[in-house]
Amino acid sequence: MEEEMEVMEERVVEIEHPLPCLSESDTQGIIKGRDLFGYVGIEAVLDQMRRKTMKAGFEFNIMVVGQSGLGKSTLVNTLFKSKVSRKSCTPNYEEKISKTVHLQSVSHIIEEKGVKMKLTVIDTPGFGDQINNENCWEPIVKYVNEQYEKYLKEELNVNRKRRIPDTRVHCCVYFLPATGHWLRPIDVEFMRRLGKIVSIVPVIAKADTLTLEERLEFKQRIRQDLQANGIRVYPQKEYDEDAEDRILNDKIRENIPFAVVGTDKEHQVNGNKVLGRKTKWGIIEVENVAHCEFALLRDLLIRSHLQDLKDVTHDIHYETYRVKRLNESNANGLALSPLTLENGTLEKSDAESHL
Amino acid sequence: MTTNIRYKSRTMKSEDSEDKQYVGFATLPNQVHRKSVKKGFDFTLMVAGESGLGKSTIVNSLFLTDLYKDRKLLNAEERINQTVEITKHTVDIEEKGVKLKLTIVDTPGFGDAVNNNECWKPITDYIDQQFEQYFRDESGLNRKNILDNRVHCCLYFIPPFGHGLRPVDVEFMKALHEKVNIIPLISKADCLTPSEVKKLKGRVRDEIEHFGIKVYQFPECDSDEEEEFKQMDKELKECTPFAVIGSNTVVEARGQRVRGRLYPWGIVEVENQSHCDFVKLRNMLIRSHMHDLKDVTCDVHYENYRANCIQEMTSKLAQDNRTDSPLPILPLPTPDVETEKLIKMKDEELKRMQEMLEKMQQQMHEKDQ
Repeated sequence: MEEEMEVMEERVVEIEHPLPCLSESDTQGIIKGRDLFGYVGIEAVLDQMRRKTMKAGFEFNIMVVGQSGLGKSTLVNTLFKSKVSRKSCTPNYEEKISKTVHLQSVSHIIEEKGVKMKLTVIDTPGFGDQINNENCWEPIVKYVNEQYEKYLKEELNVNRKRRIPDTRVHCCVYFLPATGHWLRPIDVEFMRRLGKIVSIVPVIAKADTLTLEERLEFKQRIRQDLQANGIRVYPQKEYDEDAEDRILNDKIRENIPFAVVGTDKEHQVNGNKVLGRKTKWGIIEVENVAHCEFALLRDLLIRSHLQDLKDVTHDIHYETYRVKRLNESNANGLALSPLTLENGTLEKSDAESHL
Repeated sequence: MTTNIRYKSRTMKSEDSEDKQYVGFATLPNQVHRKSVKKGFDFTLMVAGESGLGKSTIVNSLFLTDLYKDRKLLNAEERINQTVEITKHTVDIEEKGVKLKLTIVDTPGFGDAVNNNECWKPITDYIDQQFEQYFRDESGLNRKNILDNRVHCCLYFIPPFGHGLRPVDVEFMKALHEKVNIIPLISKADCLTPSEVKKLKGRVRDEIEHFGIKVYQFPECDSDEEEEFKQMDKELKECTPFAVIGSNTVVEARGQRVRGRLYPWGIVEVENQSHCDFVKLRNMLIRSHMHDLKDVTCDVHYENYRANCIQEMTSKLAQDNRTDSPLPILPLPTPDVETEKLIKMKDEELKRMQEMLEKMQQQMHEKDQ
């Protein structure tokens, strides 16, 4: 009651002493700084935010999924311009097709202009490489759900940490082989299941085998396939917040999936050093938009939508998971029920449970 | 006496001494050539590999035809329920009077499903069927017009995206290497730099040896062949598996119109030896080794099949305790229980009638005596 009284008083005060510009806004509804009586310093909050986040650093978890040999590790290295993939980190690395899908994650802290980022790359060797690939997506689904579960447990904790360590998968880059035809059954199955729980960005790998017309046709067919199968990839239409976002994201959606070429070798072209692949018939420049769409992918993932990817993961995918879990536990009583896997078998949650 | 005179008059002429040793069968190759040109050749080629590796493009490029004009690509929903099929396209090509009846056996659906266990079974069954058909025709009575549908060569397309052979590649080749000549190819080689091509070829060769896969080996050169031919042969052998690029389009490159692929960064010429091994493949397959492929199919693979078949039949006959027939007769295809019963009944009837005949003969014999 007291609070309400105070508010009313404030309002009364405002009406009695109207300041020339606070009560009326200009045609756009934005009050400009110079219109104020003096400099208040509201905009300094942006600086404070920037300083805080720079001190704290960012976390970004990216998962790469695709058959062996599609250039996943090379692309990740090229994206972040450093040797962050598992190949560069394990000594005596040998290319062998593993019998089961097991996930490996490698973390690095990379720094640019004072901004630190803890980048975790989660690789999935063995996906889609066997003769019988049924259920090869299950370890991946399990991993994603496990990360959500970890975060949920931390969140529900009585004594919470100030910054909950975020191991949730913010983005899953799915590599499609450049066949030029349609999506394969394994692609459809994987993206259908994972599109519901994580943001998927499909890319056409090793796209230097497609001419421009073939590339356009292939992309069109893939988009038709995605629509026909009800697969939603990032950026999803439903989560566009305003018209500005929609325009920007529509442009991106017209180009999905991006046709990328990755490399870590440099060559001389017209006196400049460029990242490229040198063949007998020419040099494919990776960062040249006329050649391939790597630059577009990099802009999407890092320069423009990195924070958006994290927000979508936190606000939408994680919340969906949380609601589902809490509903399940409500049905089972007040305690948080143990984590159930997709095929219905119960699994005891690990010792982290504090409930 | 007249013969002597005739003989003497012949030795007088000096040029006749050469004619004396010249019998004339050196013209036999020409006769064979003329006859085969009249008859025409036939060749059955099988292409196998996952969808989207450029198989139909390579076939079109090899034979400069457009076999797949009206092909409709299936979308992912249709593909989920698709099984491996075998399709045949036959085309008659004629060049400079020589006729070739070319049959391309395609294997759509191979390796496309999520679960590809035994996806090569329809293919091995097809090859066995062709052998069986030929065996039957060969053992039959009218052998004049045998249709030879046996698969002479199988081009297996290995994707360039991997690091070598994948499990499905190894299993496929192991299932087929004793039934047909396998030629492994690295497809879509335009996504590999020269050093990557070399590395991949080396790995594939090592893995082929490691798994004991018997791919088609080029026959050794005779020692009296020209040096140039021997050099070419050596280069050919070191180049396997061929890294090929195919194209359905003609582009303008270096002032000429060539088959190629136009990229923003350059033009790939299919027939340029420094770009890919397509020319080597074409020369090997059509210009130099087509006949050898047919011979190996007839002499090695078919004979193996035939020997196995006969062995199985004789062991079965021995088990059934029947008299050995001098000619191997193929058992009827999948006889069901009823026909087997009928056959047994008829057999017994025949035996009874034979015995009766013998008895009657004996009786007549005794009567005569």
